[in-house]
Amino acid sequence: MKYMMLMQFGADSELPPITTWTEDEVRAHIAFMGATNHKLIEDGEFVDAQGLADPGRAKIVRSGDGGAPVVTDGPFPETKEFLVGYWIIDVETEERAVEIAAYVSAAPGPGGKPLNMPIQLRQIMDGPSPREA
Amino acid sequence: MDGRSLDDLLRPLVPQVVGVLTRRFADFAAAEDAVQEALLDALDQWPRDGVPGNPRGWLIQVAYRRMIEQTRRDEARRLREERVATWDRAPAADEPDPAGRDDTLITLFLCCHPALTPASAIALTLRSVGGLTTAEIARAFLVPEATMAQRVSRAKQRVKASGVPFAMPGPQERARRLASVLHVLYLIFNEGYVGSAGSALYRVELGREAIRLARTLRRELPDDPEVAGLLALMLLTDARRPARADGHGTPIPLDEQDRSLWDAAVIAEGVALVTEALGRGAAGPYQLQAAIAALHDEAPSAEATDWPQILALYGLLERMSDNPMVSLNRAVAAAMANGPATGLAMLRSLEGRLAGSHRFYAARAHLLEMTGEGEAAVADYREAASRTTSAAERDYLTMRAARLAAHGTG
Repeated sequence: MKYMMLMQFGADSELPPITTWTEDEVRAHIAFMGATNHKLIEDGEFVDAQGLADPGRAKIVRSGDGGAPVVTDGPFPETKEFLVGYWIIDVETEERAVEIAAYVSAAPGPGGKPLNMPIQLRQIMDGPSPREA
Repeated sequence: MDGRSLDDLLRPLVPQVVGVLTRRFADFAAAEDAVQEALLDALDQWPRDGVPGNPRGWLIQVAYRRMIEQTRRDEARRLREERVATWDRAPAADEPDPAGRDDTLITLFLCCHPALTPASAIALTLRSVGGLTTAEIARAFLVPEATMAQRVSRAKQRVKASGVPFAMPGPQERARRLASVLHVLYLIFNEGYVGSAGSALYRVELGREAIRLARTLRRELPDDPEVAGLLALMLLTDARRPARADGHGTPIPLDEQDRSLWDAAVIAEGVALVTEALGRGAAGPYQLQAAIAALHDEAPSAEATDWPQILALYGLLERMSDNPMVSLNRAVAAAMANGPATGLAMLRSLEGRLAGSHRFYAARAHLLEMTGEGEAAVADYREAASRTTSAAERDYLTMRAARLAAHGTG
């Protein structure tokens, strides 16, 4: 069964912004993420993982009158949390998905201490994706 | 030669060639790799150059060469190279065939080893017995090829670590392994069936492949009634495929399906199989499920279905397994045979064990709808929709709730 792990960052998560970390701390964090992805591939559990560009570059798009797009630029000061990246994993059980989510939650931050980031875990519905249909 | 008939020709040969090379080199993992490479060569060359006179011999020769090359390339395996050098020749291309069938069975038993997780066993079986390429298996399961390659590779490592020799297990071990084999084939079939929604090509392929493997298994073990039962169950389920989803992939429940779309020839084959198997004495769970599927398939309509007989079969199945889903199905059959009140009473006693299952709420919604308790039914349909992890099923349950909310509860 497939799960999406959503990594959120922001004021509410009480995590220090990565722009305040030292170079070594950033390096250790990136190395951890790379190693995690590699491990997931080796374990046959990796489907996809992507980081999202800075939320400051996000746009909200709505359809306006006559279907023309109406675009609002970010950032959105009222938004407390941003999605910074996601994984899609394919695992045997939900317990395993929780285990992986807890593992990535503990990615190293300032001083090498685990960040214990909030990871939202969502099961992906069964069924063919549109490109397979 | 088109891709389909090339597949038909190649795939049954794969487990046999794996068997020949595993015996020769005493290394299942390496043999399996070499055969996969030979298979890719065949898929590349045969459509262009024509099919060789002896396809099995061709595959053996090419895989054999690949293995020798691999052995030579691999510095750490120099020792084995010396051993290989003492072998005078590759296995004869035209070795008589009785060993081939045996090898198919041994390879299948090895790939469905109980020590493997279901996902690994499925991947290894589809590749080493089914002859699917890693890319094809990855597409069917919607994961990257590298991920699937790792599953295959880890599965082979586990088989190797378990120290199982490439030989037919003894009678006792054989029964246990056969149970795993049947389970893995059934999982492959369900993967193709449940996810398919009618139009997704690769998923349908999985269902076909499971049936082909079950046919192979039956050829090897013609006297085993559960093997026949599993094949019958797959055929009787697959026969309904053309009617089981609408154009958008939304499932159509059994009682609303256009039965003229069911495949009569496949149903006849399944019914004959299960009838013969049941004639042999104590029936196992696959035969019982096939017998239930046969009663559905032979009925001209949902109302004209032999529900008392289905109820009795679920009763037998319930005594055999501790699966609450069987009890749930028995409650639905009881409702159809003796009225919804009976079914609802049986569901009440299951509530604790099935709390959280969308199937429980879907079944109860259905029975509540039958009794005319529209509002309660709508609530249960919605509850079921919020709990299912199948997109097609969620769509169906949501629409059912909406329809009933608009018309049924007046």
